[in-house]
Amino acid sequence: MLDEGYYKKADEIIARYGKKPSSLIPIMQDIQAEYRYLPGELLTYVAKQIGISESKAYSVATFYENFSFEEKGKYVIKVCDGTACHVRKSAPILEAFQKELGLSAKKHTTDDMLFTVETVSCLGACGLAPTVMVNEEVHPKMTPESALELIHELRGDRHD
Amino acid sequence: MIRTREDLKKRTELANEEMASYACRILVCSGTGCIASGSEKVFEEFMRIVGDTPGVTLEFGSHGPEAHLGVKKTGCQGVCELGPLVRIQKGDKVVQYTKVHPSDCQEIFNRTVLGDDVIESLLYKQKGVTYTSPDEIPFIAKQTRIVLENCGKYDSESLDEYLASGGFRAFQKALFEMKPEEIVDEIDRSGLRGRGGGGFPTGRKWKQVAHQKEKERYVVCNGDEGDPGAFMDGSVMEGDPYKLIEGMMIAGYAVSSENGYIYVRAEYPMSVSRLRHAIAELEDKGLLGDHILGTDFNFHMHINRGAGAFVCGEGSALTASIEGNRGMPRVKPPRTVEKGLWAKPTVLNNVETYANVPRIVLQGADWYRSIGTESSPGTKTFSLTGSIQNTGLIEVPMGTTLREIIFDIGGGMKDGGTFKAVQIGGPSGGCLTKDHLDVPLDFETVKKYGAIVGSGGLVVMDDSTCMVEVARFFMSFTQRESCGKCVPCREGTKRMLEILEKIVGGKGELEDLDRLEELATMVKNMSLCGLGKSAPLPVLSTLNTFHDEYIEHIVDKKCRAKVCTALRRFVINPEFCRGCGKCAKNCPVGAITGVRKQCYHIDNDLCIKCSTCKDNCAFDAIYIES
Repeated sequence: MLDEGYYKKADEIIARYGKKPSSLIPIMQDIQAEYRYLPGELLTYVAKQIGISESKAYSVATFYENFSFEEKGKYVIKVCDGTACHVRKSAPILEAFQKELGLSAKKHTTDDMLFTVETVSCLGACGLAPTVMVNEEVHPKMTPESALELIHELRGDRHD
Repeated sequence: MIRTREDLKKRTELANEEMASYACRILVCSGTGCIASGSEKVFEEFMRIVGDTPGVTLEFGSHGPEAHLGVKKTGCQGVCELGPLVRIQKGDKVVQYTKVHPSDCQEIFNRTVLGDDVIESLLYKQKGVTYTSPDEIPFIAKQTRIVLENCGKYDSESLDEYLASGGFRAFQKALFEMKPEEIVDEIDRSGLRGRGGGGFPTGRKWKQVAHQKEKERYVVCNGDEGDPGAFMDGSVMEGDPYKLIEGMMIAGYAVSSENGYIYVRAEYPMSVSRLRHAIAELEDKGLLGDHILGTDFNFHMHINRGAGAFVCGEGSALTASIEGNRGMPRVKPPRTVEKGLWAKPTVLNNVETYANVPRIVLQGADWYRSIGTESSPGTKTFSLTGSIQNTGLIEVPMGTTLREIIFDIGGGMKDGGTFKAVQIGGPSGGCLTKDHLDVPLDFETVKKYGAIVGSGGLVVMDDSTCMVEVARFFMSFTQRESCGKCVPCREGTKRMLEILEKIVGGKGELEDLDRLEELATMVKNMSLCGLGKSAPLPVLSTLNTFHDEYIEHIVDKKCRAKVCTALRRFVINPEFCRGCGKCAKNCPVGAITGVRKQCYHIDNDLCIKCSTCKDNCAFDAIYIES
């Protein structure tokens, strides 16, 4: 059972876009921005509020890659694997993150909920490939070494 | 509030006066690329320095005789690789600085802003020549900028700066001096074609919408720039949001629509915030809303953020997504011009197409036709990336050759590499090779060679790129993004990907190539939407152009670019090996054997190509055989 605060927040977000079926995607986006995932109970609640069936809401939520029913880490690291990054060798950067954090293609989030590692198709900073985005900040010209530095920096255990 | 044309004229005059009053403008690039390189800190540092300097004003509006300085965040200045980029502008004189660090700001301020000196070490250099002005840099000098004309020159978050750049003159002309059908005619005569990839004539699209019986119509902008390796539309949305909006407002007036929607990719947070800012400012000033400039024209703008589905770049999927549904394409006809958003007639163009509209309205179809080629007039923006010296955003007339783009503008290959191919059009496109360097890039010609102009991603590849792996890469992308509605695309892309994975995994057979080609042709002909129809193009194009490499992977089990891990052979060089045995101890599968103090040996049949031995050898004695 979710805390009452969640429903209050949902009401606030629903009011932002209006109680209509077409508001579904922006509402889900704002909920996810707030909680770093889409709590299932809240999606059921939103569906009722904007007048669509629960199954419809789930069908939309599961269609788009950006929605997640699992809680993401505090830092969501998106490793760009767009064409430009790919030809400038982005794969070893992803491997470096996964190795350092004990993650894989199946396990995306660390147990301490600090990091989530995903790939993304293009961040639009191709001139600075290979790139990585942490939350909304783009980091340019990455290497496997700078990936490890970034992790240390985010963990706050800077030892330079 | 700007209630009438007179109000707008007055406001523009004020903006022009303000622009003329600057003793100096410090223009800090705030495109996604430069911000990633740290340009925000540079901006803040300049603000601090200028704020601390007595006798200098920063604010907009009336000011005394003090030196009036502007510190502005501009759109993409172009050479992203060399960011953060800063321009110091005094009247017509502009100095371009590259790789500016916050610690350089004080020196720039003292020597170039207060003084008239330039700092040599921060200037742009190419092939031993140093350039001071951005317009002299070959990368910029050889471009023709229409869509990107304001990027790098004006504050992308200020309506007044947009007005001073000539903004909303086209809209005024359209609204007060032209009838809607005259605008549609002008766009039609200009020969402007959709810049999203399809190349469909824009004027014809507008005409079809204008002729619909249904009076409720929509203007939609596709800003879901999904092709990996393309960032042109993102640069326009974040660098010159007002121009895009002006283009859409003109479209709205021309086809009698009262609502415009911009669908922006989720991965472009900056585009979203700049567009939101621009829309809010225009609403606040009365340039968006009801009775714009005292006329009967009403226009409202809405922003929808994508949610990470590439297929939403397809028209009917995009409108479905705005409506709050799964972004799946539907069978056509009816086409979007008849039944688009909310099943109403809809003009759907991409960002770059709309950004061309104001200049065409202002300067006429004949002027536009004087640029580019007969069948593809105007310019095209490209994002130039990959193994090239100058990566960045460029705009050139249609019909420019690859040679001019790669060697004159792009400065040639990076790190002395050898040009192998350029991937054009992203996952829907194909490869052009050195045989095609002198082919003019326009919609028809590129198609003849099995590629497409597409949205404009140009990824340059050198010898270190494996073309079979590139084909696999694109197929894995389209396979993942296939929405699953139609069988040929859903199943076909999966099977093609399996075959490509088998080949790069060293287990390919010659028959696989026939199967691949058969599947590719099937998927191309039978898929429902553009995603599936074009998904096989990278495979067909590489199969055709780089057949040798496929054969090498299958028959010789070799990857000449040394990219495909499974085909690597790890070898120990007896000259360097000291026989320490570290590699044998580290090898997870026991593939390395030998006697201490003698050269060790790797059994490549057992080896799993993990590279642990190579990465940990203290004597660099292990190498990968080609």
